[in-house]
Amino acid sequence: MAHIELNQSVGASFSRIYALGAARGDITVTNDDIAGPIDSTDEWIRQRTGIITRMRASKDVTAADLATAAAKEAIAKAGIDPNQIDAVLISTISNTVQTPSMAALVADRVGANPAAAYDISAACAGYTYGIAQADSFIRSGLAHYVLVIGAEKLSDYAKPTDRSISFLLGDGAGAAVVGPSEFPGISPTVWGSDGSKWDAVGMDHTLAEYRDGKGEVDWPMLRQEGQTVFRWAVWDMAKVAQLALEKAGITSDQLAAFIPHQANMRIIDEFAKQLKLPESVVIARDIATTGNTSAASIPLATHKLLTEHPELSGGLALQIGFGAGLVFGAQVVVLP
Amino acid sequence: MALSTEEVLAGLAELVNDETGIATDTVELDKSFTDDLDIDSISMMTIVVNAEEKFDVKIPDEEVKNLKTVGDAVAFITAASA
Repeated sequence: MAHIELNQSVGASFSRIYALGAARGDITVTNDDIAGPIDSTDEWIRQRTGIITRMRASKDVTAADLATAAAKEAIAKAGIDPNQIDAVLISTISNTVQTPSMAALVADRVGANPAAAYDISAACAGYTYGIAQADSFIRSGLAHYVLVIGAEKLSDYAKPTDRSISFLLGDGAGAAVVGPSEFPGISPTVWGSDGSKWDAVGMDHTLAEYRDGKGEVDWPMLRQEGQTVFRWAVWDMAKVAQLALEKAGITSDQLAAFIPHQANMRIIDEFAKQLKLPESVVIARDIATTGNTSAASIPLATHKLLTEHPELSGGLALQIGFGAGLVFGAQVVVLP
Repeated sequence: MALSTEEVLAGLAELVNDETGIATDTVELDKSFTDDLDIDSISMMTIVVNAEEKFDVKIPDEEVKNLKTVGDAVAFITAASA
């Protein structure tokens, strides 16, 4: 049979993050505000988590609203027209419906309609999954510009009496515009999963249990096995972080910043210790005042770091996300 | 080679001291990690991982919750190193 020549897409040689946007919940929630139902204190929460306040959104504000605000800032700063965006990827676990996606709604709201749009379910690793996909799309020619967002309203899944995770949680969205580049701006991604620990972080009930529970089963809320997650998040993820540096072809002393998922300050501190980062590397600690915002935490922390340290722009940042699945993703990026 | 109770206790006391600053001579076999030594779950896991490395043993996650006292941990590590 005669071979018929097909067109196949060819993309840019390199990709990079053009700009970031951020939106946090509008309510500052102190430790005293939430300590009562878990029989705790401000001191106990600070000592175990490093969190002083977390930002949560008002009842009428959705994760899609936060995503839209963050995306508009990122698009404006990137200096592109939203109709140039070919794909919108939102990592979230807090969409208000099973379907349709939050991404399709946000794509329309920001003027990117008819961009391809879908949600990513990779919890706290989701933003790094999104950056990996955007990088791949741009270099394969599938897309020219990609809008990557992590957006969460975790307060909807925070059980006031839960002592395992709820007091960590905040609401927010972070967005990145990724596009073609003259230089390498996103290193090879190290990503993966470990479903043998599927139960380590997740919901306390299934939706079916809630539906069939005759009012005796609560609305599903987040919970975790803290010690299991802590061990995995520090010692296993330190190996992933090292591998990401190797794949990037750099050493830790060439980093300007380390931006891990903002899970818990104790994890961040122990993680940095395991990586033996030189003092010159700025470590993102947005969790202290924002809380743990899952997929939104890395772009939010990066946005704050660049606001507080604009001199980091152009430097290299190691970002690593890890969470429910268990799933993980890490890459080195050039800071916009 | 199996380690003695004394060797493991001394090594564990050093790890507890490194993580929490608690004096090594107060880390005694009958002391509860949480009630007596006031060690929280995150510090406990850090001590566990460091103990795995120091004594070349495996302490699975599901075993950690059974290690209520210093003596429990010493007994587990001693048996695991045998």
